[in-house]
Amino acid sequence: MNALQKVAASVLLVIFVLMVLATFLLPAPFARQFRDIPNAGPSKAHPLGTDALGRDSLSRLLYGTRVSLLLAPAAALLSTLIAALLGSVAGLLGGWFERIVLAATDLSLALPWLFLLLVVRAMLPLDVPPLVSVLIAFLMMGLLGWQASVRVICAAARGVRDSDFLLLARSTGCAPVRLLWRHVAPNLRPLFYAKFFISIPLFILTEANLSILGLGVMEPMPSWGTLMRGFEDFSALSANPWRLVPLVLLVIVVTCFQLVLPPQEVTQ
Amino acid sequence: MIETRKSTKLFQLGLRRLLLLLCLGLAGALVGATLVRFAPGYGVSERELDPRWRAESVEALRQKQALHQGLPSFYFHFLSALAHGDLGESDSLKRPVRELLRQRLPVTANSVVRGLGVAWLAAALLASFGLAFRGWLFQASTTAFNSLLLSLPSAVVAMLAVHLRTPVFCAIAVVVFPRLYSYIRNLLVRSYGQPHVLAARARGLGSRAILFRHVLPLAAPPLLALLGVSFAVSFGAAIPIEALCDSPGLGQLAWQAALSRDLPLIVNVTLVVSLVMLAANSLADLAGRTFSGSMQ
Repeated sequence: MNALQKVAASVLLVIFVLMVLATFLLPAPFARQFRDIPNAGPSKAHPLGTDALGRDSLSRLLYGTRVSLLLAPAAALLSTLIAALLGSVAGLLGGWFERIVLAATDLSLALPWLFLLLVVRAMLPLDVPPLVSVLIAFLMMGLLGWQASVRVICAAARGVRDSDFLLLARSTGCAPVRLLWRHVAPNLRPLFYAKFFISIPLFILTEANLSILGLGVMEPMPSWGTLMRGFEDFSALSANPWRLVPLVLLVIVVTCFQLVLPPQEVTQ
Repeated sequence: MIETRKSTKLFQLGLRRLLLLLCLGLAGALVGATLVRFAPGYGVSERELDPRWRAESVEALRQKQALHQGLPSFYFHFLSALAHGDLGESDSLKRPVRELLRQRLPVTANSVVRGLGVAWLAAALLASFGLAFRGWLFQASTTAFNSLLLSLPSAVVAMLAVHLRTPVFCAIAVVVFPRLYSYIRNLLVRSYGQPHVLAARARGLGSRAILFRHVLPLAAPPLLALLGVSFAVSFGAAIPIEALCDSPGLGQLAWQAALSRDLPLIVNVTLVVSLVMLAANSLADLAGRTFSGSMQ
């Protein structure tokens, strides 16, 4: 890890600690309205001011950070697990199963990621409680985000399939599940980690895009995407530039994730 | 003789790709039809909830919407209509989907092609400058700028485009550019580091000759593959950009369809986009193979 990566990792650690401690740092509950002071500027009681509905912006930012930073890694974990399972089994078994998995991957990769999410989101009810909307966003990204990783993991598993140690394990009568668990998966572990870390910034950006379009996390639950939806009102934004803080935080987090990512040779 | 054999091979590859395209299109259509058929609320009209309607009228309405059709019959009707170019009617806009696609596709195609052109030109120029001027300041500033653009959600770029009153294709170019730049730069750096390029440089060959005779032939196949991928990126970016910039293209149509749960519309838009993507990727792949073949 070089110096820049250490700095990026430290920044991420600080932001994650703030996210965990958000409950104790919140000046007010994120949905509570101070109706006498809508659109207020920064003050001692409200360090980042209030939004158009009089809700404390710092509370919403801290809670939104928690939602976005829990949602994206959780979805990345789910998608990496699916990709690891499908890719490893396809690479190990080969034959028709590998062909089917790769054809399904090709079909879904032919479609831009946001189009796919839009289609699936359109299938589901839109008028749902905020917590359910978070769950839907998590499941959509987790269940649909595995395609790009499957190809790479499958190719790596195919390489392991032809190795001597696997031949030896097979000749001793090792069961396929044990082969997968004890011999293939440990060899592909660095690749799994790399794919997991690559997916996190992608999912953070996807959540932001979906929420800005009104198809992700629903109000009053805050997330970076829902907080950035207010940017459409440019006059309010130029009068209150501190409202750009969610965007600044998102850019910092995504950049830090890009910096701490493993080298390209591991991920390809 | 060798030329004829190469052409035959390429022709066979093209045919195979076309067949694959048709199969994937058919599979996509069936998957889309299944999603429509099993989506919650399929075949239920809001009018059924109106207490003024009598039971017989509600039953007649259900019959009209073919709710009681079996799945094979549903697939048959869907595919036969598709084969005749009938993509159904939009539930929310009450217009034929085919007509909507005919109106919206050229708008998106125009924005995407122009945006890709600008992004490719900027990325290639900046990557070439980076190779010509290898100073740390240039490298650090371009890397920082690229990271910043990569970290911006495309919806935020769209909002910025609205405020700055820039055309839609510029916003698409801003989203696509950082992805192209980092790839092109890495590819050129790797190509310039090849032993035969170093040998050519040691022999005193001019930089232009090195670029056109030794570097570009090596980098062309992956660059052509990148062209196919960049289509997918730009079409994906078109959704938030067209939605927020109020540009009447396919992206905006898909967004409106998703918001109003207009399943026939969104499934058909998705089918068209996936076929365009598959065709673009196949063409890029074929072009890359043709180029590699001609170089050999």
